[in-house]
Amino acid sequence: MSRFLLEIGSEEIPARMQAAAAAQLAKRFTEACAAAGLAHGHVSADATPRRLWLIADSLADASAATSEERRGPRADAPDAALQGFLRSTGMARDQLEERDTGKGVFLFAVIKREGRSAADILAEIVPAIITAFDWPKSMRWGSASASTASPRWVRPLTHIVALLGDAVVPATVHGITTGRTSRGHRIHAPGPLEIISADTYAAQLRAAYVYVSSFVRRTLIANRAAALAEAAGLTVIPDEGLEIENAGLTEWPVPLLGHFDPAFLAVPREVIQLTMRTNQKYFSLADAEGALAPAFICVANMDANDGGTAVVAGNERVLSARLSDAKFFWDQDLAVVKAGGLEAFLPKLKDIVFHEKLGTVADKVERVAKLARWLVDSGAVPSSSPPLMEGPGEVPQASGVAELAERAARLCKADLVSATVGEFPEVQGIAGRYLAVANGESKALANAISEHYKPTGQGDDAPLAPLSVAVALADKLDTITAFFMIGEPPTGSKDPFALRRAALGVIAIILANGLRFRMERVLLAAAGEDLAKFERVFEGNLEKAVAAFFADRLKVQQREAGVRPDIIDAVFALGGEDDLVRLLARVRALQAFIIGEDGTNLLAGYKRAANILKAEDAKDGPHTASALDAATLSAPAEQALAQALDAALPTAAAAVAAEDFTAAMAALASLRGPVDAFFTDLMVNAPEPVVRANRLALLARFRDAVHTVADFSRIEG
Amino acid sequence: MGAGTFHPATTLRALGPDAWNAAFVQPSRRPSDGRYGENPNRLQHYYQFQVILKPSPDDLIDLYLGSLDAIGIDRARHDIRFVEDDWESPTLGAWGLGWEVWCDGMEVTQFTYFQQVAGYDCTPVAGELTYGLERLAMYVQGVENVYDLAYNSSGVSYGDVFKKNEQQFSAYNFEHANTERLFQHFKDVSEECRALVAADLPLPAYDQAIKASHIFNLLNARGVISVAERQAYIGRVRDLVKAVADCQMAKII
Repeated sequence: MSRFLLEIGSEEIPARMQAAAAAQLAKRFTEACAAAGLAHGHVSADATPRRLWLIADSLADASAATSEERRGPRADAPDAALQGFLRSTGMARDQLEERDTGKGVFLFAVIKREGRSAADILAEIVPAIITAFDWPKSMRWGSASASTASPRWVRPLTHIVALLGDAVVPATVHGITTGRTSRGHRIHAPGPLEIISADTYAAQLRAAYVYVSSFVRRTLIANRAAALAEAAGLTVIPDEGLEIENAGLTEWPVPLLGHFDPAFLAVPREVIQLTMRTNQKYFSLADAEGALAPAFICVANMDANDGGTAVVAGNERVLSARLSDAKFFWDQDLAVVKAGGLEAFLPKLKDIVFHEKLGTVADKVERVAKLARWLVDSGAVPSSSPPLMEGPGEVPQASGVAELAERAARLCKADLVSATVGEFPEVQGIAGRYLAVANGESKALANAISEHYKPTGQGDDAPLAPLSVAVALADKLDTITAFFMIGEPPTGSKDPFALRRAALGVIAIILANGLRFRMERVLLAAAGEDLAKFERVFEGNLEKAVAAFFADRLKVQQREAGVRPDIIDAVFALGGEDDLVRLLARVRALQAFIIGEDGTNLLAGYKRAANILKAEDAKDGPHTASALDAATLSAPAEQALAQALDAALPTAAAAVAAEDFTAAMAALASLRGPVDAFFTDLMVNAPEPVVRANRLALLARFRDAVHTVADFSRIEG
Repeated sequence: MGAGTFHPATTLRALGPDAWNAAFVQPSRRPSDGRYGENPNRLQHYYQFQVILKPSPDDLIDLYLGSLDAIGIDRARHDIRFVEDDWESPTLGAWGLGWEVWCDGMEVTQFTYFQQVAGYDCTPVAGELTYGLERLAMYVQGVENVYDLAYNSSGVSYGDVFKKNEQQFSAYNFEHANTERLFQHFKDVSEECRALVAADLPLPAYDQAIKASHIFNLLNARGVISVAERQAYIGRVRDLVKAVADCQMAKII
């Protein structure tokens, strides 16, 4: 038993790729060992910017010897069959055994394979893993790249260390021969580093100023940053992604605290944080009140010989230059707004093409403004939210909400042509909110501008304030209908206009706010009431197309909440239901019912009835409930079922109408006993035609009863 | 031109099998980056030191770090980092993988392994180093404002030499460039480029493609190219470069 070390050295690997690459290395290694029959213990893999490494514990000295027995052709089979068998087994005729199997004498080959040494197997595995490795982007390099078939890696390979115990596993791949020579830190330990074994790997590199564990680097960064902040009376604004990224950019991370001119705090904090985070990978800091502090933490990749003074000064200079630029743009935008309000930006929206068939952003804004107003006017979006949602004095007058929604929508894209968003596209909406506030707009309107993009993805909160809801919904609905209407719906894996995400946003907003409306009605409004065009776009079947698109999205959206997609299908399949709040209530009640004992049994009874009906309908045309002649029912089980149905059907229907889906399920549950008894006691296909027809009609009535709640044929199980 | 990458000694020499090692100073113009001489770090005209090594040597990073030592950047004191930055030039139809090299958080060099140019796979791959000369000089001289850089050792500053240039060219780029004439120029140089390609003269044809690219950048700075048109113009420049490269490759193969 030995430990195995593999280190694949390269020039700096992009931080974002390191974790996935380490996981891939472990997976490929484990699979290759399994395929070769080589046993091993725990496998760990990780990366630094300059190396991808793996250590496997308790590697067996050799793969297990195997013995495989294969039966061949009959002993008297034609020669061609014999030759084929010899080829496939690699054996000679006299090595085969003849055995009488009782069905004749057959040839048998017993193929014995010796175990192979771990070193031999690894010498094959290492090149195979490296050759087959997948990088999100890979490149060619050096003189070998005269051929396009030259080796590919994420960046040029520098060395490969492969040690089994303390011995090199010899192999050559991509022009590099394996050995034990690694490299320490670029500045602190630039020379070659001879690795003794997997046991000493981490310690040897630690001594060469490389922490090989990304977890250790990340923890060091987080702890040291927190300590630096605390010493300055500040706190680090938590950012896991930034910790991981900095751990991927450093082998010897040294966090340092720097400052910037407080005058820059006049710029929206989101812009400052964005610049610091995405351009510079700095952590932002907050003061005791939670306000952004004029300070940052950067992470150097070295212990500078002056304690970091020059590094901090350099980083401060870079940040100052970036913030000067940001402030230059921000001041320019403020001047525009002070002079002419947010409206001053609007004419420029006419210059931005939204889509060649859909006009400019100005055209889109016009559509969204009308729709936002309609959503409030029609009551689709209530004009007031629960009192807790807004602070005192912030509740707009109901009568004015529609008008405000229209105005908010008209201004919601204004910041797209601001200098700040031009430079920092990620702050779209946020810049608009700050500019609106600077211009004295109400907080509700300013928030509607920033929140109209929400939710931006799964996990992002949906807006709750009425103005924000109206504008967010209008923007997304307009995008969906507009692209559907020019024949650009998402297809397969292609969704270039992110319509699926928009639909997910619509669903999230509807559910978070409990909005009650028929989707069809609202989409028609979004389409500008142009029913003919809308129908044409949806291939004359508006309801079906919309239902299918939203049903799919709803399934995706609800999967995390544990709602089964087949149950959503079962409710959608009834048709006519596109009030998503009601639909989901029904789905939830149905799922709770169907996983219970009553539900499981009823579903089984339903499937049996449906199968019988399907088979018999195929013989003599559809059997319907209307054919039922209750007076002639004679067997107790059929009478009991008929009575149960008479009671359950109206109850279920009434409960559905009252949106009390739990009660509807209870009504269905009452059918379970009679249905079970019916199938146990009676034969549906009775010899007397009248009895048979009546029993089939009874089953049809049972099916109808179940369908008042959902199309059970869509439910799995 | 907008960058050293555009120079024929880089773009055209990256094509084909021959070894090529070159280093040169490249004055570069980016009309939209003008700040009327008011921003201490942004210029519409600046200098790059451009290095191209083909095929890329195995010790390219060490050579590069050695170059920093040579100009006086103390690597025991300054934090040098290689941060992923994949380079792509839609106008050149080119891309490569590499890094932006940071010195104490400031990007001082673009480091790229060319993979494709004008749609052709690079065989072999060239390594390209583009140094930002003003930024490096600011480091070496410890200066906060580009205009305060010493231009020589006799008291002439960068500002003495270039401040008026930045002010006047910013005004030209953003306000005064005659756009009607520029649109006409764009047409003219495009036609000239095509004609020279037809005459099997890729080198002068490429000059015209460079001009087309700069005229496009000027029009862009003047804000007269809409978002939709932008892509179309980039496509036109790319087509010119592609035509030149095809012509050049026909000579090589």
